[in-house]
Amino acid sequence: MDAGLRSELQRHGIFVTTLEELYNWGRSNSLWPLGFGLACCAIEMIAASMARYDLARFGAEGFRPSPRQADLMIVAGTVTKKMAPQGVRLYNQMAEPKYVIAMGACAISGGPFKQGYNVLKGIDRYIPVDVHIPGCPPRPEALIHALMTLQQRIAEESLTGPNRPRPLRPDQPGEYPVPGYGPHDLVPPKNPEIWHPPLIQRPV
Amino acid sequence: MDATPTSYAVLVAFLIVALLFALVPLGVARLWARRFAPPKPGPVKNSIYECGLESRGDAWKPFRSSYYIYAIVFLVFDVEIVFLLPFAVAFGGLTPGAVLAMMLFLALLVEGLLWAWGKGGLRWA
Repeated sequence: MDAGLRSELQRHGIFVTTLEELYNWGRSNSLWPLGFGLACCAIEMIAASMARYDLARFGAEGFRPSPRQADLMIVAGTVTKKMAPQGVRLYNQMAEPKYVIAMGACAISGGPFKQGYNVLKGIDRYIPVDVHIPGCPPRPEALIHALMTLQQRIAEESLTGPNRPRPLRPDQPGEYPVPGYGPHDLVPPKNPEIWHPPLIQRPV
Repeated sequence: MDATPTSYAVLVAFLIVALLFALVPLGVARLWARRFAPPKPGPVKNSIYECGLESRGDAWKPFRSSYYIYAIVFLVFDVEIVFLLPFAVAFGGLTPGAVLAMMLFLALLVEGLLWAWGKGGLRWA
């Protein structure tokens, strides 16, 4: 429908919508995050959900203790190599469509512990991340901003076709391989189908 | 009181509406899911949820049968208090037959208590 006609109708008190928009409106405003606090970022995540910042106003207050009931994973904190398989397994156990917010420097890149032997250098090596939040730790406003970014993304998705939510596309796998503990590192150290690091070429 | 057929018809209508109220949303949700959100099951996704860890062994394992002694003691005291309270309230106006029946009932429960006592069920282990 034409946007001008739509706003004209709205001015006369007639609201027109599509099933897709209605569905996405409901979906984006009732995100249920999985409580997955791993380190200090979790404190900021808790602060964001409490009275002062009140994440509930943005439609994401239902922190679930089980992945079966959640559709958003907020990876809040340092992902150690000991914890990475559990994170991937939890992501696999969530119901589609599901989204991931990587919160904080550690979750997106390893952060200050990047040189450490025991820290995963970003959860996006194993699961697809929708929104990255930099910061150490990011303030609750940053988490709210990430949530609103994700909500905008969800609102732009379509019910069918190539623009549908990624986990629902037929070419996307239903679950991602869970890494195992090797003698020196996680095996495999990354999932090459997901992990596409930006190629930075310095001028010679 | 005539018009019983119409009043029953109202009940039937209520029953149908109640069934539809429950079944139509479920059916619509199922059709919607089949059309727009096809399921993608897998071995990891369908496995038992244990905070991300792999579960060990089977969840369907037998519990120790020695807990039956607690069940019996609980039953003795629980059923006793349920009947003793109204018995005590109505004690003044009871017939001798009713008192006798109640005493018989109490004797049965006390017998169970004595049996559990003799078995060592009252000792905190």
